Amino acid sequence: MKELQKQYTKILADYIEEQTERNLYIGQNFIRQLLQKNIAPEEVINIHKSAVEQIIEEFPVELRYAYDFLIEVMVHYGLALSEHKSLLQQQEEMQLELQVATNIQNMILKSHVPKIDGVDVGMISVPARKMSGDYVHFVDDGNQYVGIAVADVVGKGIPAALCMSMVKYGMDSLEHSESEPSRVLEVINRIVEKSVDDNMFVSMFYGRYDVETSLFTYGSAGHEPAIYYNAATATYEELDAKGLLLGILPDGNYQQHEVRLHTDDLVIMMTDGVTEIRTNLEMDAMAKITSIVSAHRTESAQAIVDEVFKELEKMQNFELSDDFTLVILKKI
Amino acid sequence: MNIIFQVQESEQVIRGIIEGELDTFTAPQLKEELEAMTLTEGMHVEIDLSKLNYMDSTGLGVFVGFYKRAKREQANVKLVGLSSRLRRLFEITGLSDLMEIETDKKVEVSNEGI
Repeated sequence: MKELQKQYTKILADYIEEQTERNLYIGQNFIRQLLQKNIAPEEVINIHKSAVEQIIEEFPVELRYAYDFLIEVMVHYGLALSEHKSLLQQQEEMQLELQVATNIQNMILKSHVPKIDGVDVGMISVPARKMSGDYVHFVDDGNQYVGIAVADVVGKGIPAALCMSMVKYGMDSLEHSESEPSRVLEVINRIVEKSVDDNMFVSMFYGRYDVETSLFTYGSAGHEPAIYYNAATATYEELDAKGLLLGILPDGNYQQHEVRLHTDDLVIMMTDGVTEIRTNLEMDAMAKITSIVSAHRTESAQAIVDEVFKELEKMQNFELSDDFTLVILKKI
Repeated sequence: MNIIFQVQESEQVIRGIIEGELDTFTAPQLKEELEAMTLTEGMHVEIDLSKLNYMDSTGLGVFVGFYKRAKREQANVKLVGLSSRLRRLFEITGLSDLMEIETDKKVEVSNEGI
């Protein structure tokens, strides 16, 4: 402190003697140094006061009182400043924690596309922001059944992220790939309903494919219908199933239907980010998707989903307004 | 775009109309308006959506929240003037089985863009 006082007195004396830009600049640099050392505003005034006392001979006592007064009242400025600094630090810590949480979330929710003979699955899920509201969960026994859940959590930030983890753990607790879709949706609904905020809900499509019988059984909880592509007739058909969104009523009743797949048939599952695309062209998004799928239907499931995303992204001028998730199951 | 929420209170009936776009930015405003509404047992709340130009899932969330509260307070919610696309949204989500919804024939043409 003594050294700082000496330096400041010198700088001030220079300036009083000669008011040049250069002398002012030296003073400004010195203040920056004080800021770095966390010197409080009232301390700075104290330094200034001592410097003035030294430089000016016959320093009037009234001026000394005036400085003391200023030092006392500036204490509050100092307190506010230190509070501001500690808030900034807290904010940094929270952002760091949030980043860690996002990473953990992404790690927990990572889905592995199942590999089973007789069926080819492709998936793409692109978040519009850092944390996605879309979730895809695969269940497979490596042998006969593949279960695919495509869910969309409505709501934002941490509550939505927690809700998604609940869906994930609910699915894990049902880790039997032979579970009936209607039953899966009932169980997840009960979990979600107990814990979500009134304005939050989850839509979910669940389909189970049985490799032995080629039957695709599905149910929906307020989710965008999946599309079935019949390779023999080259036609598309919506897989409608009635069911309320998850998280609204404690007891949900979910319809379940089935469709028998033949070689090269596709089931296209998606979230509404795919169909709600707003483009400059007034165009039916569904018609666009089916035309892209048709053009690439002979390729692998992964190649088809990648192609659909690529084309739609072009249409939107590379601006994703909502999370985008598309899963295709192909019987081979 | 703005939401204009007009409430006409006449004993047990409240009528409101929402105009404009209901999205992430405007949804909190509607949520606030609906939360401020006092609901009593047996009350009928009718919301006209014929002048709603756009609604996303956050908007749907506001109606879900309002429906849940109305159910607790034993009040009835009715949505009227739905365009066919809006109606489809309520049907897919299963909400049309919970809330009373009414499609307005007149808006079907003019509001087809929703």
